[in-house]
Amino acid sequence: MTIDVTLKVNGVERSAKVEARTLLAELLRDHLKLTGTHVGCDTTQCGCCVVHLDGKAIKSCTILAVQAKGRSVTTIEGLAQPDGTLHPMQEAFREHHGLQCGFCTPGMVMMGADIARRNPGATEELVRHELEGNICRCTGYQGIVEAILSVANPDAVRKDHH
Amino acid sequence: MGQFGIGQPVRRKEDVRLLTGQGQYTDDINIEGQAWAAFVRSSHANAKILGVDTSAALELPGVVAIFSGKDLEAAGVGVLINEAAYKNRDGSSMHKPPRQVMPTAQTRFVGEVLAIVIAESAELAREAAEAVEFDFESQPAIASTARALDADAPKVWPEFGTNQVVHWEYGDESSVEAKLKAAHTRVKVDLVNNRVAPSPMEPRCVVATYKAADNMLTVYSPTQGGRRLQTMLAKNLLKMPMDKVRIISHDTGGGFGVRSKMYPETVAVAFAAKQLGRPVKWRGDRVETFMSDYHGRDQINHAEMGLDAEGRIVALKLETLLNVGAYLSENGVRLPMEGGGRIIPGVYHVPDFYFSVRPLFTNTVCTDTYRGAGRPEANYITERLMDAAADACKLSREEIRRRNFVTQEQMPYATHLGFVLDSGDFAGTMDMALKAAHWDTFAERRKEAEARGKLRGIGLAVFIEGAGSRPVEGMRVRFEENGDVSVIAGTYSHGQGHATVYSQLVNEFLGVDYDRVKLINGDTANSPAMSNGSFGSRSSMVGGGGINRASKLIIAKGKKIAGHLLQADPEAVAFEAGVFKAGAGTMTIGEVAQASRDPKKLPDGVTPGLDEEVTYENDVENFPNGAHVVEVEVDPETGVLQIVGYVAVDDCGTVLNPFIVHGQVYGGVAQGVGQALTEDVLYDDDGQLLTASYMDYGMPRAKNMAHVEALFNVVPAKTNELGVKGAGEAGATGAPPAIVSALCDALTPYGIRHIDMPLTPEKIWRAIQAARTGKAA
Repeated sequence: MTIDVTLKVNGVERSAKVEARTLLAELLRDHLKLTGTHVGCDTTQCGCCVVHLDGKAIKSCTILAVQAKGRSVTTIEGLAQPDGTLHPMQEAFREHHGLQCGFCTPGMVMMGADIARRNPGATEELVRHELEGNICRCTGYQGIVEAILSVANPDAVRKDHH
Repeated sequence: MGQFGIGQPVRRKEDVRLLTGQGQYTDDINIEGQAWAAFVRSSHANAKILGVDTSAALELPGVVAIFSGKDLEAAGVGVLINEAAYKNRDGSSMHKPPRQVMPTAQTRFVGEVLAIVIAESAELAREAAEAVEFDFESQPAIASTARALDADAPKVWPEFGTNQVVHWEYGDESSVEAKLKAAHTRVKVDLVNNRVAPSPMEPRCVVATYKAADNMLTVYSPTQGGRRLQTMLAKNLLKMPMDKVRIISHDTGGGFGVRSKMYPETVAVAFAAKQLGRPVKWRGDRVETFMSDYHGRDQINHAEMGLDAEGRIVALKLETLLNVGAYLSENGVRLPMEGGGRIIPGVYHVPDFYFSVRPLFTNTVCTDTYRGAGRPEANYITERLMDAAADACKLSREEIRRRNFVTQEQMPYATHLGFVLDSGDFAGTMDMALKAAHWDTFAERRKEAEARGKLRGIGLAVFIEGAGSRPVEGMRVRFEENGDVSVIAGTYSHGQGHATVYSQLVNEFLGVDYDRVKLINGDTANSPAMSNGSFGSRSSMVGGGGINRASKLIIAKGKKIAGHLLQADPEAVAFEAGVFKAGAGTMTIGEVAQASRDPKKLPDGVTPGLDEEVTYENDVENFPNGAHVVEVEVDPETGVLQIVGYVAVDDCGTVLNPFIVHGQVYGGVAQGVGQALTEDVLYDDDGQLLTASYMDYGMPRAKNMAHVEALFNVVPAKTNELGVKGAGEAGATGAPPAIVSALCDALTPYGIRHIDMPLTPEKIWRAIQAARTGKAA
């Protein structure tokens, strides 16, 4: 049995026929072909799939597509301005080498934007704590933490290199 | 050196694409009409396969086909190869069992692929895989490295009568033993180098499509460069002409050694696509990735060192057990000898050395290369020995090292296993690290921590790496019609930022605008014939060196063309910053490239085009090295360890882009921190994998890491034209011994001198409790 789901994705109304068990991540990737949202685990640990649902960071592998019905989703594809101007968090990741292979990156950027929004003036310790649900295997988190701090609390970015 | 030249911290040109969701990983690829694959995997660590019944599964709606090992065998599919050829001291050869893609008679580890199910959707394929019934006769299994040589241990390959693959030895054991006996001081360590899961964030995935009309098989998969996989798949496995097999990796979500391997799943998906004449896709999940990706490390080491009255090493004896898993993977069995063997015994001068390696079969998935691939294990042994020697000789940890370093005066210095260290300033690098970490004022910080109820420790590790293995690589530089320059690389960038660094090099050597250089890699259809890919920290030397050599050929040819057109002797033409000059006449390299397309504009004997392809070759590798100092705090009541300071000083030779190299250091350190603190692949006694998800396996998180201060002590390599030394694996090599050293320093009040990795709170807490009560942990 399929269910019709209509929701707003990156500002545009989209519809899809999904199964009851379809996850939001699957709706985005498989039905809407928005493959910027990645899936890196089966257990809600890695955070590669983080998107914003009504403005808040959630793991799209851990919510059913039908639960997003009528709501507004922002994915990594919808974060930059329509003219291509990067979101400040995307720009910060580039400036602070917050990515290498790029696989965890969409989730990290979406999470980072959410952390900065909720915690202006955040400390490095808080940012590291907030990243508990996002795993990166390449960067050692240093560039990610610096990138998020540079948006949330620029004075807290250490200046020992570059 | 301009704004984009060698040594500049240029931001990456890869990033905008990856930051906006435009990356293309294998799971992002779907081909019209594709069917989906799921695998039937062994639930037994050791079992006879008595039969298989696929009838119920085949009757399910949407099931297209099921292939097991017998089908592959009948179709003439080959076996996975291993080229190692070690011998026992008596001259007899190592045991080399063949590895079928899917076994037909016996399964030897949990998660082993037994059959591939093809259906109209991923869900249907998985459901049908559940309905395939294998008839097993379960047998006792052995998973433990420590017990694999016990007389009563089950034998993974009963026909050999032992789980020992080979007993490989170097040196004269009796001579070393005599020197150890006679030594003023003799120390020994027994170490476990814990088994880890490389765990790239992208789970394994394969999409294969076959066009019968052209007999053309195309395979998309995350790799570290497809050429070697193409060779194996075409020649050894599917018996197809090389040019009829194409491997494409657009983006790969992390490599770390494990993505350079040919896996049974890849062969099975490719086989199914060919048999069915239909695209087939397999999307592995994280559990499958844990079960079937090769693991890393898993050694047990016993090592003894003899020192004279001044604390100088006289002899070293090292005995290693290596768990290779149930089969011989491509490189796993080589790692102690050819990975670690390159640099063992580390940065120290050791007059006499005995080295014994016993690789062992167990009922576990294979081990193979993982970031560092033998060098982290080797350095961990020597660094733990040096700390033990410092204790025994009553010298500081830095002083015992200083007395034993191979010095710059001793270089070129031949290592025991036949490699030559060309450069390195080990004492200077260590001193930089000690200074940056404020080693001399540590006592104040310890005191301050004590006041807060914390045990604070500081640790040191000095290490050496071997980078740039298999130094042969094809690199092509192509001038495009629109003025762009393409680098067509045999190397393959999967996070290392080659598009950026190679553009810097083309800008440096040829004066082409940084923004007009692009990288083409990851497709065997256009990669140079002599390609190997990216692994073993080799791309700076072989890729960078290849661009340098191609650039020299381009400049030489360009001078002939410019000279001809400017009516000057080619010898009188100068080239600088992208411009050929002869007297008052000038031509940009773009103009020369454009002119070179027109045969009428060329001097006699000069062929059209300015493109060049070179096969970079070098006789030797390079030897990055470094010193790490780490500070930790331990809560004695909970055993929780927190890293509170980290300094990494690296000598990776000439630094092409410090921004990117620092990133390699940070990432490597995190993997070393993971091995030291949180990561441990565990099989139970029956060979069941206990750590098959991120809920059970301790990936290092942001809070496990501290800010790493990364510095360079640049000592250019003398053995390659760029002076580079590979930077990718240093962090993972330095971190484990530095962290264990720091923990033991913190636990000095309890007299605890070693705890095996990973240093979990439970282990630390138990050790403290045991010390408090005077009982063994």
